[in-house]
Amino acid sequence: MEFRSYLIRRLFLLIPVLLGVSILIFGLLQLFPPYQRAMLYVTDPRQLSNIDEIIELYGLNAPVWQQYFTWLGQVFQGNLGWSKVVGMSVTDAIFNFLPATLELAIFSTPIIILGGIWLGTKAAAHKDGLIDHTTRAGAIVGWSLPTFWFGLVLLMIFYGYFRGLFPPERLSTAMSVLVNSASFTRYTHLNFIDGILNWEWRVVFDSLRHLVLPVITLSVVNIAFIMRLMRSSMLESLGRGYVLTARAKGLPEKQVINKHARRNAMIPVLTVSGYIFAAIVNGVVITESIFNYKGLGWWAWRTAIQLDVSSILGFALFSGVLFVLTNLVVDLLYAKFDPRVRLGGGVK
Amino acid sequence: MKNLRFLLFHFKKNPLSVIGLVIIVIFAIIAALAPVIAPTPEGQFNPYMIPRDGYGSTPQPPSDTHIFGTTQGQYDIFYGVIWGTRTAFQVGLVVIGAVLVIGIILGSLAGYFGGIIDEIIMRITDIFLAFPPLILAMAVTIALGASIESIIIAITVVSWPSYARVIRGDILAIREEDYIEASRGVGASHLRIILKHILPNSIYPIFIMASLDIGSVVLTAAALSFLGLGVPEGYADWGQMINFARNWIVGTPTNTFAYWHAITIPGLFIFFFVMGWNLLGDSLRDILDPRLARR
Repeated sequence: MEFRSYLIRRLFLLIPVLLGVSILIFGLLQLFPPYQRAMLYVTDPRQLSNIDEIIELYGLNAPVWQQYFTWLGQVFQGNLGWSKVVGMSVTDAIFNFLPATLELAIFSTPIIILGGIWLGTKAAAHKDGLIDHTTRAGAIVGWSLPTFWFGLVLLMIFYGYFRGLFPPERLSTAMSVLVNSASFTRYTHLNFIDGILNWEWRVVFDSLRHLVLPVITLSVVNIAFIMRLMRSSMLESLGRGYVLTARAKGLPEKQVINKHARRNAMIPVLTVSGYIFAAIVNGVVITESIFNYKGLGWWAWRTAIQLDVSSILGFALFSGVLFVLTNLVVDLLYAKFDPRVRLGGGVK
Repeated sequence: MKNLRFLLFHFKKNPLSVIGLVIIVIFAIIAALAPVIAPTPEGQFNPYMIPRDGYGSTPQPPSDTHIFGTTQGQYDIFYGVIWGTRTAFQVGLVVIGAVLVIGIILGSLAGYFGGIIDEIIMRITDIFLAFPPLILAMAVTIALGASIESIIIAITVVSWPSYARVIRGDILAIREEDYIEASRGVGASHLRIILKHILPNSIYPIFIMASLDIGSVVLTAAALSFLGLGVPEGYADWGQMINFARNWIVGTPTNTFAYWHAITIPGLFIFFFVMGWNLLGDSLRDILDPRLARR
């Protein structure tokens, strides 16, 4: 099958999945009473005093299928409702909290993926050696660590014992005053990048200092996952004929491992990148809630415990759609670079 | 039977999996003997609610009356972690049981009949798999209200699709075997073929793999109650006990680790419980992985 027709087929398949995602979210919404559901249609705080009017206006006591289409229409107009916890619309809140989470992801994702691949390769290359046993034990420990507990223990040591060496939140008070002052231009809302662009090294340093513990917390569990995957896939690859050929023709061992074996062994890691994305989103909620790091995950957590229905469902919808699109991009890249995928006539 | 002997042989060779099994057995004993180890105080109706010693907020260090000390709100940590073991087993076993039932029913329907039924069931799993699991679980938990049942339902809702898919794949492979064709030839009904011929031949690896996921189910449940969703306040649950301790990570000016017990003890219980399952699973997964088997 040509790449183009594969692309069209995949885009076409996207429609029922996205429709299903919206139905599932809407179904969950039906478990809440009308006055809570009404929050999904609010666009302005002044409407909050007139919830009955909104229930009337959007027909929240009407038949369910009618409500679904009203709601879907609102979603297509970009209206996800009002987030009462932060006092702004859900769409605004998502854009407001996104940069902080991006900042966290920009630092953690490369550590997770490159670190996992590197450790996995090392372990497989020295199978049953000291490195293998150490990393394997480390992976089992890392994989069993409750992220939320690990983060708190880190805080207890590096914030409590070392007197504020690596503090929680995003910036110290002095620096957040500086960042919000008129002389500081916020180009991207990513503190460390804005710091560089404004030539304010104190901001860069301060934001990095606040990122250390969240990044470690988010990375440890996921590195363990990729390391295990990479190790077993690398072992399989090392047993293949092309590795034997490479060795037989006298290539240095380093080249055999890094070029011939590892490149092939990385394919399974690419296939689970959708899963890694989901794991990072999961981890972000927990990590941000531990460190009071005000990003999307923190917002999702605050809104969930305060039963802010519109926010939590808006966030679920947002992350669901993002997740579907990520998986699509991964599959397309995969098909582009590995023609075998398309020859089968689509995906399983 | 040959498979089982093969499994046992490899199992005994691997010291890590034996350690894992020992850890799990110890936890099972703790759960079974909870009423003996940590007796419920006289006159308390629900044994799963942790007894409190007053209403002060500051956690108290270990003492003779509270051997693990108390956490925020004077909840007894010892009682909490012991009965929390029961909660952990309950959540883990019920979720895995429910997920297996749903997965087997939907997975075998999809795999056996194929066609439009398969297409519909698989598209439904796609929809559920389109969410990061914790986010969907959070939404389901708050929709159902605070209780241990909500957590169980929420985790079941997010985990069944992957099981249904695995089971479907296995059944697809077996469906084409000669002995299935033979029983179809002698006129066996669909139900009989599925129950008597297909499931017994595909189910046992799935069963073992699923039970090893109890560790990660308990971890997710603990994460939810750590976030303050799910169990009511005071319910014996490890995740919630860490939630109680989160405001006490910074000790007193003279002793920075003054409240270490409140955070460390429940955390270690979760950690060892999950590690027990992971150690057991690490070797079993290698043995059960068909691509690696018999090498």
